Amino acid sequence: MREPSSNRKEVRRRNPTLPRDGFGFALAALTLAILLLLATAWVMWQVKQVMSANQFRALWADFVLVLVVLLPLGLLFPAGRSLGQAGAARRALQSENLIAARVHGAEALTWAWFTLGYAGALLLFLLFVLFFIANNVAVGRTFFQLELIANSFGLILKAFWVNVVIFLFAGVFSLVWGLVVAVAKLLPGKPAQPIRFIATFYTDAFLSLPSIIVIYLIGFGLPLTGIGFFRNLPLEALAVLALTLTYGAYMAEVYRAGLESIHPSQWAAARSLGLSYSQTLRFVVIPQAVRRIIPPLLNNFIGMQKDTALVNVVGVIDAFNQARIIASNDFNLSAVTTVAILFILITIPQTRLVDRLVERDRARFRQG
Amino acid sequence: MSFLEVKNVVKRFGANEVLRGLNLTVEEHQVVCLIGPSGCGKSTLLRCVNGLEEIQGGEIRLHGDRITGPGVDLNALRRDVGIVFQSFNLFPHMTVLQNITLAPTQVLRMPEAEAQEKALALLRRIGLEHKARAYPDQLSGGQQQRVAIVRALAMEPMLLLLDEITSALDPELVSEVLNLLRELAQEGMTMILATHEMGFAREVASKVCFMYEGVVHEEGPPEQIFSQPQHERTQQFLASIIEAGRL
Repeated sequence: MREPSSNRKEVRRRNPTLPRDGFGFALAALTLAILLLLATAWVMWQVKQVMSANQFRALWADFVLVLVVLLPLGLLFPAGRSLGQAGAARRALQSENLIAARVHGAEALTWAWFTLGYAGALLLFLLFVLFFIANNVAVGRTFFQLELIANSFGLILKAFWVNVVIFLFAGVFSLVWGLVVAVAKLLPGKPAQPIRFIATFYTDAFLSLPSIIVIYLIGFGLPLTGIGFFRNLPLEALAVLALTLTYGAYMAEVYRAGLESIHPSQWAAARSLGLSYSQTLRFVVIPQAVRRIIPPLLNNFIGMQKDTALVNVVGVIDAFNQARIIASNDFNLSAVTTVAILFILITIPQTRLVDRLVERDRARFRQG
Repeated sequence: MSFLEVKNVVKRFGANEVLRGLNLTVEEHQVVCLIGPSGCGKSTLLRCVNGLEEIQGGEIRLHGDRITGPGVDLNALRRDVGIVFQSFNLFPHMTVLQNITLAPTQVLRMPEAEAQEKALALLRRIGLEHKARAYPDQLSGGQQQRVAIVRALAMEPMLLLLDEITSALDPELVSEVLNLLRELAQEGMTMILATHEMGFAREVASKVCFMYEGVVHEEGPPEQIFSQPQHERTQQFLASIIEAGRL
């Protein structure tokens, strides 16, 4: 052991900071909880008024209203805990027990935040209910007329099948086409320069074009040219072509980012084993790249799914077009609500699926 | 005619000249160790021999056949010259077995079953047969590096290049990799190692080359280089290695 040198620095002493008891905060949380209790009762009273004005009477509805009124009572629990902990913190401070004061103070803050979080959610809910019943349930009638939704559901669902077919075809095509374009953009060497240029120009052009314009130009324009092949294609096929061209460019950009993210050492390892350029792409680079870009690829896929609603500009009877016809006949948007709900229903599972895939892949090889 | 002849090789990265007219000869069954400070061009030289880097001057010949310059079938060259990297570079999305069989099946068109059998035999040899279905990140660094060596061996190369293959390993894992190299050396595998493992170089090398500023500054049998280095730079380098407790 070496001797410590004699000219060591003086050790600085540390003064602990005084903890806060959080009493004011806890009190504010409790006040808010009580105010929300009153507000909920008032809003539910309004709902009851609207219900009786429309001759709507049902025991279950009253039961639900009472339940909702009782809901904010739950806020009193965390608010009370917060206040209790704040009191304990204050007492501990007075007896100069700093550590206990800190513990109770922190607890008081946590419970107060709890109260605020749930109170905020409840407040949003109340605002939505007020909006829904405003002007004698105008919002409810316009968007959520159950009878109309039920009557039109069959037609809408049938038309939605058109959207599904379009995005399935366009999805598969643009996934393949995008990869082709991305590989073309990354071809090495001087001889491939023209190919790279065309691929780059294509992606630049279609990234900047609004998809509605591409659909319009292709859906109306190509049949007009009178070229036999295009003249005999159904409108849906032209829509698939337009969406593939547009989203192929998006997919290509995602693929390119994925391919470029593979470390050069993977290329070196594969090439040094004697694998050719295309073998390296196929067995080493693309499989790793695709795993990395599954989330953005699927985001594009979902984006394209939504854009299938744009094909109505060329007269394809998809779900949105059908819903608009119904909406203008009945002067009510509930059928469009059905379309919205259908889109939400098919999209959410896909988003969750991607999360699962990403998680599973991560568990299998953290490195890639 | 030597087995491998490196003549006046010049390699530039932009304005940076890494190899400056380097000469080196390797005979069959020799183990040549390249030592020298980092940045002296050891890795670059190995990458040039494998065709991973283009050279700007000079030439490299293998069995008298020129393997640099235009028109050389690099894929064919790489079947004969294997390289192992510092950072293993296993394919993370493939199992250990797939890593080893990929090149034999795709490049040599070996039937899948035969390639697997050979791969398993190689894995048995390094005691990792039970890891055949594992993914690289489930292996320790030493195991990964041994798999990387075996992956190169599966192509039955006539020359094996090893680029600082123990530098990224925890100290306790170095020996398992060196033991495998020792075995390969005894079997007569021709190897060029860029290495900082001076003790190992002293033990197995047929020839040690001290590289400095892009040329082979001094070369000779290990006893001579490590005990009586002639040049001042070599002496300085070895002195600093000794000071760091590495020799």
